[in-house]
Amino acid sequence: MMDLIQLAVPVLLKGLWVTAALTFVSVLIGFNLGLGLALMRLSSNRFLSGFAKYYSNVFRGTPLLVQIFLFYYGLGQLSSIKDNAALWWLISDGARCAVLALALNTAAYTSEILRGGLMSVPVGLVEAAQACGMSRMLRFRRIEFPLAIRQALPAYGNELILVVKGTSLASTITVLEITGYAKRLMSQTFAIFEIFAIAGVLYLVINLLLIAIIRAIERFLMRHEASSGRDLAAPQPNRSTVGS
Amino acid sequence: MRPERRAHALRWHDKTRATQMEFGLWQVWEAGWVTAILRGASITILVGLVSMAAGLVIGIVCGLIKWARIFPLSLLVDAYTSLVRGVPELLIIYLLFFSSVEFVTKVVTAFGYAGVAESGYAFVIAVIAIGAISGAYSTEVVRGALGAIPNGHIEAARALGLSGGRIFRRIIAPQMLRIAVPGINNVWQTTIKDTALVSVVGLQELMRISFIGANSTRHPFIFYLIAAVVYLAITLVSQAGFDGIERLLRVRTRK
Repeated sequence: MMDLIQLAVPVLLKGLWVTAALTFVSVLIGFNLGLGLALMRLSSNRFLSGFAKYYSNVFRGTPLLVQIFLFYYGLGQLSSIKDNAALWWLISDGARCAVLALALNTAAYTSEILRGGLMSVPVGLVEAAQACGMSRMLRFRRIEFPLAIRQALPAYGNELILVVKGTSLASTITVLEITGYAKRLMSQTFAIFEIFAIAGVLYLVINLLLIAIIRAIERFLMRHEASSGRDLAAPQPNRSTVGS
Repeated sequence: MRPERRAHALRWHDKTRATQMEFGLWQVWEAGWVTAILRGASITILVGLVSMAAGLVIGIVCGLIKWARIFPLSLLVDAYTSLVRGVPELLIIYLLFFSSVEFVTKVVTAFGYAGVAESGYAFVIAVIAIGAISGAYSTEVVRGALGAIPNGHIEAARALGLSGGRIFRRIIAPQMLRIAVPGINNVWQTTIKDTALVSVVGLQELMRISFIGANSTRHPFIFYLIAAVVYLAITLVSQAGFDGIERLLRVRTRK
């Protein structure tokens, strides 16, 4: 048993960093893309909102595994991509390809979450900002975005956990992260439950860490409510906290 | 036709033929992959439906336990839902597959069904894995729906002297099902997409067929594209179905 732990833990910890890196880069790209898509979806331009709508339906309507395979195996077959040095650089490597698919996938979900948040901003507040003479950019930065993100944060926390779980699919395209190493160890050592337990704990640790970060941001954004004497710890019906 | 015109038409023909060859459309049509893909799609839907049914049963039982806070069981349910929702689906599938594969092969060969049981076995593993995952998400949906039923309804029923079973059948269950429909829709969409993951244990569903087709014809692009389109069709059709159910229920509430 001790031998097994000594063997498995360092290997899986190596995978932990890959999982964390995949998650971080995908979320970084995916959040910004998702924000852009949410804005496109809400714009009055029919072409832009139509594109955003179809984009999110396509990416949310197909399995992530299909998307990863389509990018990794499918696009590599096309000669127009093979000839383009930049695209080939992106597609040829498993990790980069996984990040690409994960980022595009999470962007679709993020755009729906942020759209919900942006739509929940009271019109009166935006009109008041307009009446104060705020420019569109300033209005977005100071009024709409902070209110929207506050509303969207719990749902976005759940999406972050889905991204962490999604990174496990990178193991199907030769990237060795936690699940990839776990699969290899399972078939080498036959200690299926033990390996699963260690890998599962690592995933749970990442998720708990993410939940803690989201809660901290939530508390920071809600600090005005705390100062007005309301109890933050009491769960509010519409603001279900992440993961509970 | 004038010669240069004809040459142009020929060139154009060659070009479309060439693009068809490059994308592999021709190979997909020729070697009977279309029927294979359709068969795969029906297995995907079958796995999805059976797992979803299992997941709903788990969800209703565990949801009730969680809602009613039945003490020792609720701890178990909490552990189950947070584990399954926090750990990647792929890892859960590997666990079930690798832990059972040795045992099952032993049993199966002892009874002399080595070849026959292969596909049925993958199906069972798939349903157990996907059912357990969808059950965990259903539990949360059911728990949320139960929590949304006004307490006054249950108190009123109790005041009228209805028995516990009747309160559940007449008051709790109908409201719970109605409130849970959008959540169940989400769980179903996730479930049908999760079935793609069981291709790793060799069940010949849509994703596995596409994988085999992509490898044997060396035209991965077209095969995965077709798979994506089929999955999209499945989710769009079921979305329309759920929209219909929701509309039906809304009419009956007479809001």
